[in-house]
Amino acid sequence: MSYLEYNVKRAPAGLRKLLYLNWALIVLVATVSSVGFLMLYAVAGGSLTPWVEPQMKRFALGMGAMLFIAMVPIWFWRNMAGVAYGASLLLLILVEIIGDVGMGARRWIDLGFIRLQPSEMAKITMVMMLAAYYDWLDIRKVSRPFWVLVPLVIILLPTFLVLRQPDLGTAILLVAGGGIVMFLAGVSLWYFGALGALGIALVTAVFQSRGTSWQLLKDYQYRRIDTFLDPSIDPLGQGYHITQSKIALGSGGWSGRGFMQGTQTRLNFLPEKHTDFIFTTLAEDFGFIGGMVLLGLYLLILGFCFYTGLKTRDRFASLATLGIAATFFLFFAVNMSMVMGLAPVVGVPLPLVSYGGSAMLVLLAAFGLVQSANVHRPR
Amino acid sequence: MKRSPKDTAESHRRIGRRALVLGALQLGFAGVLAARMRYLQVENADQFRLLADENRINIRLLPPARGLIFDRHGTPLAVNEQNYRITIVREDAGDVEMVIDRLQKLIHLDPDDLKKSLKELRQRSAFVPVTLADRLTWEQVSEVAVNAPVLPGITPEVGLTRHYPFDTDFAHVVGYVGPVSDYDLKKLDDPDPLLQIPRFQIGKSGVEAKLERKLRGKAGIKRIEVNAQGRVMREIGRQESTPGADVQLTVDSSLQNYVQARLGGESAAAVVIDTHDGDLLAIGSTPAFDPNKFVTGISVAEYKALLENEYRPLANKAVQGTYPPGSTFKMVTALAALEAGVVAPEETVYCRGFTRVGGRRFHCWKRAGHGHVDLLESLQESCDVYYYDLAQRVGIERITAMARRLGLGRQYPIPMSAVAEGLTPTKEWKRLRKGAEWVIGDSLNAAIGQGFVLASPLQLAVMTARLASGRQIEPRLIKSIDGIEAPRDKPAPLGLNENNLRRIRQAMFAVSNTRKGTAYRSRIVLDGLRLAGKTGTSQVRNITKAERARGVVRNEDLPWNRRDHALFVSFAPHDRPRIAVAVVVEHGGGGSKAAAPIARDIVLRALTGDMPPLDAYPRTDRQRIAEEQKRLKPKLRRPRGVESGRDRA
Repeated sequence: MSYLEYNVKRAPAGLRKLLYLNWALIVLVATVSSVGFLMLYAVAGGSLTPWVEPQMKRFALGMGAMLFIAMVPIWFWRNMAGVAYGASLLLLILVEIIGDVGMGARRWIDLGFIRLQPSEMAKITMVMMLAAYYDWLDIRKVSRPFWVLVPLVIILLPTFLVLRQPDLGTAILLVAGGGIVMFLAGVSLWYFGALGALGIALVTAVFQSRGTSWQLLKDYQYRRIDTFLDPSIDPLGQGYHITQSKIALGSGGWSGRGFMQGTQTRLNFLPEKHTDFIFTTLAEDFGFIGGMVLLGLYLLILGFCFYTGLKTRDRFASLATLGIAATFFLFFAVNMSMVMGLAPVVGVPLPLVSYGGSAMLVLLAAFGLVQSANVHRPR
Repeated sequence: MKRSPKDTAESHRRIGRRALVLGALQLGFAGVLAARMRYLQVENADQFRLLADENRINIRLLPPARGLIFDRHGTPLAVNEQNYRITIVREDAGDVEMVIDRLQKLIHLDPDDLKKSLKELRQRSAFVPVTLADRLTWEQVSEVAVNAPVLPGITPEVGLTRHYPFDTDFAHVVGYVGPVSDYDLKKLDDPDPLLQIPRFQIGKSGVEAKLERKLRGKAGIKRIEVNAQGRVMREIGRQESTPGADVQLTVDSSLQNYVQARLGGESAAAVVIDTHDGDLLAIGSTPAFDPNKFVTGISVAEYKALLENEYRPLANKAVQGTYPPGSTFKMVTALAALEAGVVAPEETVYCRGFTRVGGRRFHCWKRAGHGHVDLLESLQESCDVYYYDLAQRVGIERITAMARRLGLGRQYPIPMSAVAEGLTPTKEWKRLRKGAEWVIGDSLNAAIGQGFVLASPLQLAVMTARLASGRQIEPRLIKSIDGIEAPRDKPAPLGLNENNLRRIRQAMFAVSNTRKGTAYRSRIVLDGLRLAGKTGTSQVRNITKAERARGVVRNEDLPWNRRDHALFVSFAPHDRPRIAVAVVVEHGGGGSKAAAPIARDIVLRALTGDMPPLDAYPRTDRQRIAEEQKRLKPKLRRPRGVESGRDRA
């Protein structure tokens, strides 16, 4: 179904569109972001600087972007998918050339007013590109080898560029997010089985290559895997993050130690407490209950995305929305697994909560797409 | 591209199906996350809470104030002095070099110490205080404090260090403290965490070492919250330390001071003991050393000089030095014979200068002989032949038994380093230790306190006190601990015949109060202060036949370390004894010449509590004594820098 086939009269137009926004989703996003502000305030030791203020500005900017995107018909965004994807790739290449180096990786482009992280952008534009691709593709051809290869290229191009930065977390998110879109589009399960086998082979290869001339990962990435598997081998080095994070979580107990009372955070035992490990601060201060509330909020956001994605009969809107939902899920699932010691420390922020402009803007823009799909659903 | 409605429906169905699978998987994973959260936060919360506390809470020990040591009148012998030091915190100082430069204009900083401090500054975290200067005077500290505004990061701090106000006088008795060493840790086997504090001061010798546990006190605990970098954030709780127990000794500091001064430059020892209760009033040993130097850290050169000094300043000769008691042992032999009934007091023995036993000649110190001597004369003139005779009559067993009864050959449990046991030989001892049979010559030698017999000045003092009192006097050094008086029973009688004891005392009185007495020259002429005593001269070498043939070499002609030891034991007043004094002057020559005058002066000082009165001396000696006293006076110091003993800094 192309946009020409929409019965335009049945889709809302003009200011009436505002009525068709999914306001619950907006409230949820704002709520989670506020939790983020609160936690950033706490880790700064009860101060709006240096994190809360910039984060709030970005949130406002992101909300504006979200509403703007929501007002623009979804089919316009479908047509823009290729452009957006291409732009992301270009930015990723640009990072390679002129990017800023931070924490041993080249990830940012300084635009003056914002330090842009193109890898964050790529997560969403890739999903858009895949959705547009499958929208275009005859659904009977979906599982044909050549037509499977094309989306693989779409996924692997940004993945390759991201891995070069190097940023393992984003690479995993890209591959998993893209895979989920392919799965939703109806690619034969045999391919996934084969991929699974390939994955096992790859993991074996990664470990086998260690210490040889064709070593696939960087040494620090190996160390991260090692310490994930056994944090006690290096309790003050690489394992320190995981150990201290678990201590912070555990010491929070059922109801937490109280706002800004968590000692692990307050006394700097936690690393990167304002970015990747912010969940531990929340769990230490507000305990199991606090953590569950945040997880519940995430699941609700996920639910509304699913609702929109399943309600629309537009293939692009559906795939893009569900793909965004999947990416969002991967964000918080990987981050939480990481801080709980279920996954290696790979550097994935907690969506909408962690300090970071690019992720915040990109996520809000993505929710703009979801809103657009919702608004422009023929009724 | 156009898509048929059928395709659209199919697409929608397919997406719906797969989305359902995906949703279920995601929900499942969310369940896993929730379960993990529950596991960490609910089931293991206590364990992690504990770990978090371990992370953040550090325990610091608060060292207790060491117990003070006082003399019997409450004069402090060991105190804790406030010690001012200057510390610097790097992060507060900013430009460390500039700050130190300015500080150097105010106070002198030792270049070596400064080098060490700078190294420490570089190595430690920026917020850790590092000591720049130690042991500053109040003036220096105030100078720094006044200039504080231009000295960022500099803080004057107060600590406690041990100080011995009497300097050398109590070096051997009180001992000294020093930083705990690895060797101490191994030796002490003490789990007290205080010992783990770097440079924590513990007793190294004397009372300080022996009563270490009582003096040390109990550590307090400060619980502090630290952050991941180790910076102290706040104090959570504090349990104050318990100061160590104060110890009061039986010694009299002014008497001790006098004794040390009177012994002077000699390598000598003197012990003053109370004949009623065994309180040790003075335990002198010279030369001594300054224990304060050990507290602050003595230089290698100074320590080496102490070690190599021929007069052994580090040794406490009063309790750890053992000497052949020589003629001071004759009371033991005489009493043994009297008690055994093998000799009557009036019975005389003829001395012709020597006696022949077992084909060997045993000489009397007086070559010409004493002629007929009875008990009194034998002690008065210290005739050796009389005792050779007695030894053969009474036998070594009874002599040794009497020696032990009078307190020789036993290690006294007083809290001092290396208290000697001495030696009262038996036949069995010789067989075991020397692998030879006891011969009669051994008995003869033992009878005059030569040969195998060894006694420390402390033991000789105890012996004299027992003779004077007729009771089993036990030496006592600790008067009270933490205000609790050490138990003291009236000493039990020795169980000796009082008549025999009186004979001995009379003879000892004759030694220093009759013209023929060996210590007549050192007599006291004031009634009520008169002393009874016995001289002793103990050989440190055997006189060979060849030497004897050449004529006895005069002591003064021998090298110092081959001269005889001079001894004198005494009690006074002779009729109502209050104190007993034993003096040993190493290689001092004759007892009557070298030891007796010292003992006499000490007796007078102890009995009068002041500078010995001139009228206690024979008229002809007074001028010389007055000059001696004048020379002695500057050495008698008042302890400095102590106002009230009970002050705890």
